[in-house]
Amino acid sequence: MTACGAALLGGFVTLYARGASALPAQALRPPGALDEETFLGACVRCGLCVRDCPYDTLALARLGEPVATGTPYFVARQVPCEMCEDIPCVKACPTGALDPELTDIDDARMGVAVLIDQQTCLNFLGLRCDVCYRVCPLIDEAISLELDHNKRTGMHTRFLPTVDADACTGCGKCEAACVLEVAAIKVLPTALAKGQLGSHYRLGWEEKEKAGESLIKGIIDLPDRMPNGGGVR
Amino acid sequence: MTAASLTHADVRTRWRWKWLLLRRTSQLAILALFLLGPWAGIWIVKGNLSSSLTLGVLPLTDPFLLLQVLASGHLPEATALVGVGIIVAFYLLVGGRVFCGWVCPVNLVTDGAAWLRDRLGLRARARPSRSTRYWLLAALLAASALTGMAVWEWVNPVSMLHRGLIFGFGFAWLVLLAVFLFDLLVTSRGWCSHVCPMGATYSLLGAASLLRVRADRRADCDDCMECFRVCPEPQVIQPALKGMEQGIGPVITGINCTNCGRCIDVCDQDVFRFGTRFHNTMEAS
Repeated sequence: MTACGAALLGGFVTLYARGASALPAQALRPPGALDEETFLGACVRCGLCVRDCPYDTLALARLGEPVATGTPYFVARQVPCEMCEDIPCVKACPTGALDPELTDIDDARMGVAVLIDQQTCLNFLGLRCDVCYRVCPLIDEAISLELDHNKRTGMHTRFLPTVDADACTGCGKCEAACVLEVAAIKVLPTALAKGQLGSHYRLGWEEKEKAGESLIKGIIDLPDRMPNGGGVR
Repeated sequence: MTAASLTHADVRTRWRWKWLLLRRTSQLAILALFLLGPWAGIWIVKGNLSSSLTLGVLPLTDPFLLLQVLASGHLPEATALVGVGIIVAFYLLVGGRVFCGWVCPVNLVTDGAAWLRDRLGLRARARPSRSTRYWLLAALLAASALTGMAVWEWVNPVSMLHRGLIFGFGFAWLVLLAVFLFDLLVTSRGWCSHVCPMGATYSLLGAASLLRVRADRRADCDDCMECFRVCPEPQVIQPALKGMEQGIGPVITGINCTNCGRCIDVCDQDVFRFGTRFHNTMEAS
Protein backbone atom coordinates (compact mmCIF):
# COMPACT_ATOMS: atom_id res chain seq x y z
CA MET A 1 0.00 0.00 0.00
CA THR A 2 2.87 2.29 0.86
CA ALA A 3 4.42 1.61 -2.53
CA CYS A 4 1.14 2.41 -4.29
CA GLY A 5 0.73 5.61 -2.30
CA ALA A 6 4.27 6.70 -3.08
CA ALA A 7 3.81 5.85 -6.76
CA LEU A 8 0.55 7.82 -6.81
CA LEU A 9 2.21 10.82 -5.15
CA GLY A 10 5.08 10.54 -7.63
CA GLY A 11 2.54 10.44 -10.45
CA PHE A 12 0.76 13.57 -9.23
CA VAL A 13 4.04 15.42 -8.90
CA THR A 14 4.98 14.39 -12.43
CA LEU A 15 1.66 15.56 -13.85
CA TYR A 16 2.00 18.85 -12.01
CA ALA A 17 5.59 19.25 -13.20
CA ARG A 18 4.59 18.62 -16.81
CA GLY A 19 1.76 21.11 -16.56
CA ALA A 20 3.96 23.75 -14.93
CA SER A 21 6.88 23.43 -17.33
CA ALA A 22 5.63 25.33 -20.38
CA LEU A 23 7.90 28.29 -21.03
CA PRO A 24 6.07 31.52 -21.91
CA ALA A 25 7.26 33.23 -25.09
CA GLN A 26 8.65 36.26 -23.24
CA ALA A 27 10.89 34.18 -20.96
CA LEU A 28 14.31 33.52 -22.47
CA ARG A 29 16.88 31.05 -21.19
CA PRO A 30 20.52 32.11 -20.57
CA PRO A 31 23.09 31.64 -23.34
CA GLY A 32 24.03 28.04 -24.06
CA ALA A 33 20.89 26.59 -22.45
CA LEU A 34 20.22 23.08 -23.73
CA ASP A 35 16.93 22.58 -25.53
CA GLU A 36 14.07 23.16 -23.09
CA GLU A 37 13.21 19.50 -22.52
CA THR A 38 16.80 18.52 -21.70
CA PHE A 39 17.32 21.72 -19.74
CA LEU A 40 14.53 20.83 -17.30
CA GLY A 41 16.37 17.60 -16.48
CA ALA A 42 19.85 19.07 -16.35
CA CYS A 43 19.30 22.30 -14.39
CA VAL A 44 19.56 21.92 -10.59
CA ARG A 45 18.14 25.43 -9.91
CA CYS A 46 21.20 26.49 -7.90
CA GLY A 47 21.30 30.03 -9.28
CA LEU A 48 25.06 30.15 -9.79
CA CYS A 49 24.47 31.55 -13.31
CA VAL A 50 22.31 34.26 -11.76
CA ARG A 51 25.06 35.15 -9.30
CA ASP A 52 27.76 35.41 -11.94
CA CYS A 53 25.70 37.53 -14.36
CA PRO A 54 27.33 40.96 -14.07
CA TYR A 55 24.25 42.80 -15.35
CA ASP A 56 21.61 41.17 -13.10
CA THR A 57 19.89 40.03 -16.26
CA LEU A 58 19.07 36.55 -14.99
CA ALA A 59 16.64 35.61 -12.24
CA LEU A 60 15.42 32.30 -10.80
CA ALA A 61 11.70 31.76 -11.35
CA ARG A 62 9.71 31.97 -8.15
CA LEU A 63 6.74 29.75 -7.43
CA GLY A 64 3.72 31.38 -9.04
CA GLU A 65 5.65 32.83 -11.96
CA PRO A 66 4.86 31.17 -15.29
CA VAL A 67 8.34 29.64 -15.65
CA ALA A 68 9.39 26.25 -14.19
CA THR A 69 10.10 26.96 -10.50
CA GLY A 70 13.70 27.77 -9.68
CA THR A 71 15.01 27.81 -13.26
CA PRO A 72 16.95 30.81 -14.63
CA TYR A 73 15.41 33.10 -17.24
CA PHE A 74 15.31 36.69 -18.39
CA VAL A 75 12.76 38.97 -20.02
CA ALA A 76 14.42 40.89 -22.85
CA ARG A 77 12.16 43.94 -22.60
CA GLN A 78 13.19 44.38 -18.93
CA VAL A 79 16.91 43.49 -18.92
CA PRO A 80 18.45 42.02 -22.07
CA CYS A 81 21.55 39.81 -22.23
CA GLU A 82 24.67 41.96 -22.65
CA MET A 83 26.52 39.13 -24.41
CA CYS A 84 29.66 39.08 -22.20
CA GLU A 85 32.61 37.77 -24.19
CA ASP A 86 33.73 35.44 -21.36
CA ILE A 87 30.14 34.13 -20.85
CA PRO A 88 30.32 33.92 -17.01
CA CYS A 89 26.87 32.35 -16.65
CA VAL A 90 27.88 29.34 -18.73
CA LYS A 91 31.15 29.00 -16.82
CA ALA A 92 29.26 29.05 -13.51
CA CYS A 93 26.87 26.22 -14.42
CA PRO A 94 27.94 23.09 -12.50
CA THR A 95 25.86 20.60 -14.50
CA GLY A 96 26.27 21.76 -18.07
CA ALA A 97 22.60 22.71 -18.40
CA LEU A 98 24.24 25.77 -19.95
CA ASP A 99 26.45 24.06 -22.49
CA PRO A 100 30.19 24.72 -21.91
CA GLU A 101 30.72 24.02 -25.62
CA LEU A 102 29.48 27.58 -26.15
CA THR A 103 32.71 29.59 -26.15
CA ASP A 104 31.85 32.34 -28.64
CA ILE A 105 28.87 34.36 -27.43
CA ASP A 106 27.98 35.17 -31.05
CA ASP A 107 27.06 31.48 -31.37
CA ALA A 108 24.45 31.77 -28.59
CA ARG A 109 20.86 31.15 -29.68
CA MET A 110 18.59 32.39 -26.89
CA GLY A 111 15.79 33.12 -29.34
CA VAL A 112 15.24 35.05 -32.56
CA ALA A 113 14.34 38.72 -32.91
CA VAL A 114 11.27 39.24 -35.07
CA LEU A 115 10.03 42.64 -36.24
CA ILE A 116 6.57 41.55 -35.34
CA ASP A 117 4.54 44.73 -35.90
CA GLN A 118 5.23 46.61 -39.13
CA GLN A 119 2.27 48.93 -38.52
CA THR A 120 3.85 50.60 -35.48
CA CYS A 121 7.58 50.30 -36.26
CA LEU A 122 8.72 53.89 -36.83
CA ASN A 123 11.08 52.90 -39.63
CA PHE A 124 8.23 51.15 -41.42
CA LEU A 125 6.21 54.36 -41.02
CA GLY A 126 9.00 56.11 -42.90
CA LEU A 127 10.90 57.69 -40.00
CA ARG A 128 14.57 57.15 -39.16
CA CYS A 129 14.39 55.61 -35.67
CA ASP A 130 16.97 52.87 -36.33
CA VAL A 131 17.38 52.22 -32.58
CA CYS A 132 17.08 48.42 -32.79
CA TYR A 133 19.61 48.40 -35.61
CA ARG A 134 22.04 50.68 -33.74
CA VAL A 135 21.98 48.69 -30.48
CA CYS A 136 22.34 45.30 -32.12
CA PRO A 137 25.69 43.80 -30.99
CA LEU A 138 25.88 42.21 -34.44
CA ILE A 139 24.91 45.34 -36.37
CA ASP A 140 24.63 44.77 -40.14
CA GLU A 141 24.75 41.03 -39.54
CA ALA A 142 21.82 40.16 -37.26
CA ILE A 143 19.90 43.36 -38.05
CA SER A 144 20.46 45.28 -41.27
CA LEU A 145 18.47 48.09 -42.90
CA GLU A 146 16.87 47.16 -46.21
CA LEU A 147 16.00 50.05 -48.49
CA ASP A 148 12.48 50.32 -49.80
CA HIS A 149 10.48 52.93 -51.70
CA ASN A 150 8.13 54.98 -49.49
CA LYS A 151 4.85 54.72 -51.38
CA ARG A 152 3.06 57.13 -49.01
CA THR A 153 5.24 60.13 -49.85
CA GLY A 154 6.27 58.83 -53.23
CA MET A 155 9.68 60.47 -52.87
CA HIS A 156 11.44 59.00 -49.84
CA THR A 157 13.18 55.80 -48.80
CA ARG A 158 12.13 53.56 -45.97
CA PHE A 159 14.96 51.87 -44.00
CA LEU A 160 13.45 48.59 -42.91
CA PRO A 161 15.12 46.79 -39.97
CA THR A 162 15.56 43.22 -41.18
CA VAL A 163 16.66 40.33 -38.97
CA ASP A 164 18.89 37.56 -40.24
CA ALA A 165 17.80 34.64 -38.07
CA ASP A 166 21.03 32.80 -38.85
CA ALA A 167 23.07 35.52 -37.11
CA CYS A 168 20.69 36.67 -34.34
CA THR A 169 21.69 35.47 -30.83
CA GLY A 170 18.38 36.45 -29.24
CA CYS A 171 20.09 38.75 -26.73
CA GLY A 172 17.06 41.04 -26.75
CA LYS A 173 18.89 44.38 -26.85
CA CYS A 174 16.69 45.44 -29.80
CA GLU A 175 13.50 44.60 -27.93
CA ALA A 176 14.70 46.37 -24.79
CA ALA A 177 15.69 49.48 -26.78
CA CYS A 178 12.58 49.78 -29.00
CA VAL A 179 11.22 53.26 -28.31
CA LEU A 180 7.55 52.32 -28.60
CA GLU A 181 5.24 51.79 -25.62
CA VAL A 182 5.13 48.15 -26.65
CA ALA A 183 8.11 46.91 -28.63
CA ALA A 184 7.52 46.35 -32.35
CA ILE A 185 10.54 44.03 -32.43
CA LYS A 186 10.45 41.08 -30.05
CA VAL A 187 12.70 38.14 -29.31
CA LEU A 188 10.72 34.94 -29.61
CA PRO A 189 11.73 31.38 -28.77
CA THR A 190 13.35 29.94 -31.89
CA ALA A 191 10.75 27.20 -32.19
CA LEU A 192 8.01 29.84 -32.30
CA ALA A 193 9.80 32.24 -34.61
CA LYS A 194 11.15 29.91 -37.27
CA GLY A 195 9.61 27.93 -40.09
CA GLN A 196 11.24 24.80 -41.43
CA LEU A 197 11.71 23.70 -45.02
CA GLY A 198 10.70 20.20 -45.98
CA SER A 199 13.75 17.99 -45.48
CA HIS A 200 13.64 16.96 -49.16
CA TYR A 201 13.53 20.56 -50.46
CA ARG A 202 16.45 21.68 -52.61
CA LEU A 203 16.97 25.30 -53.65
CA GLY A 204 17.44 25.24 -57.40
CA TRP A 205 19.80 28.20 -57.54
CA GLU A 206 22.06 26.71 -54.89
CA GLU A 207 22.13 23.31 -56.60
CA LYS A 208 22.89 25.06 -59.89
CA GLU A 209 25.82 26.89 -58.31
CA LYS A 210 27.14 23.69 -56.74
CA ALA A 211 26.90 21.79 -60.04
CA GLY A 212 28.29 24.73 -62.03
CA GLU A 213 25.38 24.44 -64.47
CA SER A 214 21.67 23.81 -64.55
CA LEU A 215 20.78 20.31 -63.39
CA ILE A 216 18.10 20.00 -66.05
CA LYS A 217 19.40 20.59 -69.56
CA GLY A 218 17.35 21.88 -72.43
CA ILE A 219 14.54 23.08 -70.18
CA ILE A 220 11.65 24.61 -72.16
CA ASP A 221 11.30 28.35 -71.36
CA LEU A 222 7.59 29.10 -71.00
CA PRO A 223 6.27 32.67 -71.48
CA ASP A 224 5.96 34.76 -68.26
CA ARG A 225 2.60 36.46 -67.62
CA MET A 226 3.47 39.87 -66.13
CA PRO A 227 1.31 41.42 -63.34
CA ASN A 228 -0.97 44.49 -63.66
CA GLY A 229 -1.90 43.86 -67.29
CA GLY A 230 1.74 43.92 -68.39
CA GLY A 231 1.01 41.36 -71.07
CA VAL A 232 2.97 38.24 -71.91
CA ARG A 233 6.71 38.26 -72.28
CA MET B 1 6.19 11.42 45.63
CA THR B 2 8.27 8.30 45.07
CA ALA B 3 12.00 8.05 45.50
CA ALA B 4 12.47 7.45 41.78
CA SER B 5 10.75 10.66 40.69
CA LEU B 6 12.64 12.59 43.30
CA THR B 7 15.90 11.35 41.82
CA HIS B 8 14.72 12.41 38.39
CA ALA B 9 13.81 15.88 39.56
CA ASP B 10 17.21 16.21 41.16
CA VAL B 11 19.14 15.11 38.13
CA ARG B 12 17.05 17.27 35.78
CA THR B 13 18.79 20.33 37.09
CA ARG B 14 21.59 19.30 34.73
CA TRP B 15 21.84 21.20 31.45
CA ARG B 16 19.88 19.42 28.70
CA TRP B 17 20.45 21.59 25.66
CA LYS B 18 24.04 21.16 24.50
CA TRP B 19 23.49 19.23 21.25
CA LEU B 20 20.24 20.98 20.44
CA LEU B 21 21.89 24.38 20.71
CA LEU B 22 24.91 23.24 18.72
CA ARG B 23 22.57 21.91 16.07
CA ARG B 24 20.56 25.13 15.86
CA THR B 25 23.84 27.06 15.68
CA SER B 26 24.98 24.86 12.81
CA GLN B 27 21.69 25.24 10.91
CA LEU B 28 21.62 29.01 11.34
CA ALA B 29 25.32 29.49 10.65
CA ILE B 30 25.11 27.59 7.36
CA LEU B 31 22.03 29.57 6.38
CA ALA B 32 23.83 32.77 7.33
CA LEU B 33 26.79 31.83 5.12
CA PHE B 34 24.44 31.52 2.16
CA LEU B 35 22.62 34.75 3.01
CA LEU B 36 25.75 36.81 3.63
CA GLY B 37 26.18 37.22 -0.13
CA PRO B 38 22.74 38.44 -1.19
CA TRP B 39 22.06 40.38 2.04
CA ALA B 40 25.44 41.90 2.86
CA GLY B 41 27.43 41.51 -0.34
CA ILE B 42 29.98 39.21 1.32
CA TRP B 43 30.31 36.35 -1.12
CA ILE B 44 31.71 33.37 0.77
CA VAL B 45 29.15 30.92 -0.57
CA LYS B 46 27.24 31.27 -3.84
CA GLY B 47 24.25 29.23 -4.95
CA ASN B 48 22.03 27.16 -2.67
CA LEU B 49 21.83 23.69 -1.13
CA SER B 50 21.09 22.15 -4.53
CA SER B 51 24.52 23.21 -5.74
CA SER B 52 26.92 25.79 -4.43
CA LEU B 53 30.40 27.20 -4.79
CA THR B 54 32.38 28.21 -1.69
CA LEU B 55 35.20 30.76 -1.93
CA GLY B 56 35.26 30.22 -5.66
CA VAL B 57 36.89 26.80 -5.35
CA LEU B 58 34.77 24.30 -3.39
CA PRO B 59 31.81 22.93 -5.37
CA LEU B 60 29.08 21.07 -3.46
CA THR B 61 26.09 19.37 -5.06
CA ASP B 62 23.19 17.54 -3.46
CA PRO B 63 23.15 13.77 -4.17
CA PHE B 64 19.38 13.55 -4.69
CA LEU B 65 19.50 16.46 -7.15
CA LEU B 66 22.27 14.70 -9.05
CA LEU B 67 20.35 11.41 -9.04
CA GLN B 68 17.39 13.20 -10.62
CA VAL B 69 19.62 14.79 -13.26
CA LEU B 70 21.22 11.42 -14.05
CA ALA B 71 17.82 9.72 -14.18
CA SER B 72 16.58 12.37 -16.59
CA GLY B 73 19.30 11.24 -18.97
CA HIS B 74 21.78 14.11 -18.66
CA LEU B 75 25.38 13.45 -17.69
CA PRO B 76 26.43 16.55 -15.71
CA GLU B 77 29.73 18.37 -16.02
CA ALA B 78 32.65 17.42 -13.76
CA THR B 79 31.94 20.29 -11.33
CA ALA B 80 28.65 18.74 -10.22
CA LEU B 81 30.16 15.26 -10.03
CA VAL B 82 33.06 16.46 -7.88
CA GLY B 83 30.56 18.39 -5.74
CA VAL B 84 28.52 15.26 -5.09
CA GLY B 85 31.67 13.26 -4.39
CA ILE B 86 32.70 15.67 -1.65
CA ILE B 87 29.22 15.65 -0.12
CA VAL B 88 28.98 11.85 -0.18
CA ALA B 89 32.44 11.47 1.40
CA PHE B 90 31.58 14.01 4.12
CA TYR B 91 28.28 12.40 5.08
CA LEU B 92 29.81 8.92 5.03
CA LEU B 93 32.05 10.21 7.79
CA VAL B 94 29.58 12.14 9.94
CA GLY B 95 26.36 10.21 9.25
CA GLY B 96 24.04 10.46 6.26
CA ARG B 97 21.17 12.26 7.86
CA VAL B 98 23.38 14.78 9.60
CA PHE B 99 22.30 16.85 6.61
CA CYS B 100 18.68 16.63 7.80
CA GLY B 101 19.40 17.48 11.42
CA TRP B 102 22.28 19.91 11.14
CA VAL B 103 21.95 21.63 7.76
CA CYS B 104 18.48 21.41 6.20
CA PRO B 105 16.38 24.54 6.88
CA VAL B 106 13.13 22.55 6.71
CA ASN B 107 14.18 20.90 9.98
CA LEU B 108 13.53 24.25 11.69
CA VAL B 109 9.98 24.18 10.30
CA THR B 110 9.24 20.57 11.19
CA ASP B 111 10.90 20.79 14.63
CA GLY B 112 8.68 23.82 15.20
CA ALA B 113 5.63 21.78 14.25
CA ALA B 114 6.74 18.92 16.50
CA TRP B 115 7.24 21.29 19.42
CA LEU B 116 3.82 22.89 18.95
CA ARG B 117 2.22 19.49 18.49
CA ASP B 118 3.72 18.38 21.78
CA ARG B 119 2.53 21.56 23.50
CA LEU B 120 -1.01 21.19 22.17
CA GLY B 121 -1.07 17.46 22.89
CA LEU B 122 -2.31 16.62 19.39
CA ARG B 123 -2.84 12.96 18.48
CA ALA B 124 -1.77 11.41 15.18
CA ARG B 125 -4.50 11.33 12.51
CA ALA B 126 -2.64 9.12 10.09
CA ARG B 127 0.38 6.93 10.33
CA PRO B 128 1.93 6.48 6.91
CA SER B 129 4.73 3.95 6.81
CA ARG B 130 8.24 5.20 7.42
CA SER B 131 9.26 3.42 4.24
CA THR B 132 7.07 5.77 2.16
CA ARG B 133 10.11 7.97 1.49
CA TYR B 134 12.06 5.13 -0.14
CA TRP B 135 9.18 4.21 -2.43
CA LEU B 136 8.73 7.86 -3.27
CA LEU B 137 12.46 8.17 -3.99
CA ALA B 138 12.20 5.23 -6.40
CA ALA B 139 8.99 6.56 -7.98
CA LEU B 140 10.50 10.00 -8.53
CA LEU B 141 13.66 8.66 -10.14
CA ALA B 142 11.49 6.52 -12.42
CA ALA B 143 9.37 9.59 -13.23
CA SER B 144 12.51 11.63 -13.97
CA ALA B 145 13.68 8.89 -16.33
CA LEU B 146 10.30 8.76 -18.08
CA THR B 147 9.83 12.51 -18.48
CA GLY B 148 13.45 13.68 -18.78
CA MET B 149 12.75 16.30 -16.10
CA ALA B 150 13.98 16.61 -12.50
CA VAL B 151 10.35 16.28 -11.38
CA TRP B 152 10.73 16.61 -7.60
CA GLU B 153 12.14 20.11 -8.05
CA TRP B 154 8.67 21.40 -8.87
CA VAL B 155 7.57 20.70 -5.28
CA ASN B 156 10.71 19.99 -3.20
CA PRO B 157 10.18 22.02 0.03
CA VAL B 158 13.87 21.79 0.92
CA SER B 159 15.06 23.51 -2.26
CA MET B 160 12.09 25.87 -2.16
CA LEU B 161 12.73 27.11 1.36
CA HIS B 162 16.46 27.52 0.88
CA ARG B 163 16.17 29.03 -2.59
CA GLY B 164 13.29 31.16 -1.40
CA LEU B 165 15.35 32.71 1.39
CA ILE B 166 18.25 33.43 -0.97
CA PHE B 167 16.57 34.21 -4.30
CA GLY B 168 13.00 35.14 -3.34
CA PHE B 169 9.97 33.06 -2.35
CA GLY B 170 7.08 33.81 -4.66
CA PHE B 171 4.37 31.47 -3.39
CA ALA B 172 6.89 28.87 -2.16
CA TRP B 173 5.96 29.71 1.44
CA LEU B 174 2.64 27.94 0.76
CA VAL B 175 4.55 24.68 0.26
CA LEU B 176 6.34 25.23 3.57
CA LEU B 177 3.05 26.04 5.30
CA ALA B 178 1.65 22.78 3.93
CA VAL B 179 4.62 20.86 5.36
CA PHE B 180 4.18 22.59 8.74
CA LEU B 181 0.45 21.83 8.88
CA PHE B 182 1.03 18.24 7.73
CA ASP B 183 3.47 17.73 10.59
CA LEU B 184 1.28 19.56 13.08
CA LEU B 185 -2.13 18.16 12.26
CA VAL B 186 -1.74 14.94 10.30
CA THR B 187 1.35 12.93 11.15
CA SER B 188 3.88 13.45 13.90
CA ARG B 189 7.28 14.09 12.27
CA GLY B 190 5.39 13.51 9.02
CA TRP B 191 7.60 15.17 6.47
CA CYS B 192 11.17 14.46 7.55
CA SER B 193 10.60 10.98 8.96
CA HIS B 194 8.08 9.59 6.47
CA VAL B 195 7.93 11.44 3.14
CA CYS B 196 11.05 13.40 2.22
CA PRO B 197 12.92 11.55 -0.57
CA MET B 198 15.91 13.88 -0.19
CA GLY B 199 16.32 12.72 3.41
CA ALA B 200 15.82 9.14 2.22
CA THR B 201 18.83 9.55 -0.07
CA TYR B 202 20.92 10.72 2.87
CA SER B 203 19.56 7.81 4.94
CA LEU B 204 21.02 5.40 2.40
CA LEU B 205 24.43 7.01 2.94
CA GLY B 206 23.85 6.46 6.65
CA ALA B 207 23.93 2.70 6.12
CA ALA B 208 27.73 2.89 6.09
CA SER B 209 28.49 6.09 7.95
CA LEU B 210 31.19 6.29 10.59
CA LEU B 211 29.89 8.63 13.31
CA ARG B 212 27.05 7.06 15.32
CA VAL B 213 25.20 7.56 18.56
CA ARG B 214 25.93 4.71 20.95
CA ALA B 215 23.95 3.52 23.96
CA ASP B 216 27.11 2.37 25.70
CA ARG B 217 25.67 2.72 29.19
CA ARG B 218 22.36 1.12 28.33
CA ALA B 219 22.53 -0.99 31.50
CA ASP B 220 21.79 2.24 33.41
CA CYS B 221 18.57 2.95 31.48
CA ASP B 222 15.70 3.58 33.90
CA ASP B 223 12.97 3.43 31.25
CA CYS B 224 11.97 7.07 31.61
CA MET B 225 11.19 7.09 27.84
CA GLU B 226 12.50 10.63 27.37
CA CYS B 227 14.77 9.59 24.46
CA PHE B 228 11.87 7.96 22.64
CA ARG B 229 9.76 11.07 23.18
CA VAL B 230 12.28 13.52 21.70
CA CYS B 231 13.66 11.30 18.90
CA PRO B 232 12.35 12.05 15.39
CA GLU B 233 13.07 8.43 14.43
CA PRO B 234 12.46 6.53 17.70
CA GLN B 235 12.50 3.15 15.98
CA VAL B 236 16.29 3.43 15.65
CA ILE B 237 16.79 3.60 19.45
CA GLN B 238 14.93 0.42 20.35
CA PRO B 239 17.43 -2.23 19.17
CA ALA B 240 20.53 -0.48 20.53
CA LEU B 241 18.98 0.46 23.86
CA LYS B 242 16.89 -2.64 24.57
CA GLY B 243 18.59 -5.31 22.46
CA MET B 244 20.99 -6.53 25.11
CA GLU B 245 19.14 -9.79 25.60
CA GLN B 246 18.89 -10.47 21.86
CA GLY B 247 22.64 -9.98 21.55
CA ILE B 248 22.39 -6.64 19.68
CA GLY B 249 25.30 -4.25 20.19
CA PRO B 250 24.96 -0.74 21.64
CA VAL B 251 25.55 1.23 18.41
CA ILE B 252 22.48 2.90 16.89
CA THR B 253 22.85 1.52 13.40
CA GLY B 254 19.42 2.47 12.05
CA ILE B 255 20.03 4.35 8.79
CA ASN B 256 17.39 6.96 9.60
CA CYS B 257 19.16 8.28 12.73
CA THR B 258 19.91 11.97 12.11
CA ASN B 259 22.72 12.15 14.69
CA CYS B 260 20.86 15.07 16.23
CA GLY B 261 22.11 14.06 19.67
CA ARG B 262 18.87 15.03 21.39
CA CYS B 263 18.79 11.62 23.15
CA ILE B 264 22.23 12.40 24.60
CA ASP B 265 20.87 15.74 25.86
CA VAL B 266 17.77 14.43 27.58
CA CYS B 267 19.04 11.21 29.13
CA ASP B 268 19.47 11.68 32.86
CA GLN B 269 21.45 8.44 33.09
CA ASP B 270 23.99 9.48 30.43
CA VAL B 271 23.27 6.30 28.49
CA PHE B 272 24.12 7.80 25.08
CA ARG B 273 27.23 9.32 23.58
CA PHE B 274 28.66 9.98 20.13
CA GLY B 275 31.13 7.37 18.91
CA THR B 276 31.96 5.31 15.86
CA ARG B 277 30.07 2.40 14.39
CA PHE B 278 32.94 0.04 15.31
CA HIS B 279 33.18 -2.12 18.46
CA ASN B 280 29.47 -2.83 18.27
CA THR B 281 29.82 -5.74 20.65
CA MET B 282 28.16 -6.79 23.86
CA GLU B 283 31.38 -6.06 25.75
CA ALA B 284 31.23 -2.42 24.63
CA SER B 285 28.23 -1.77 26.83
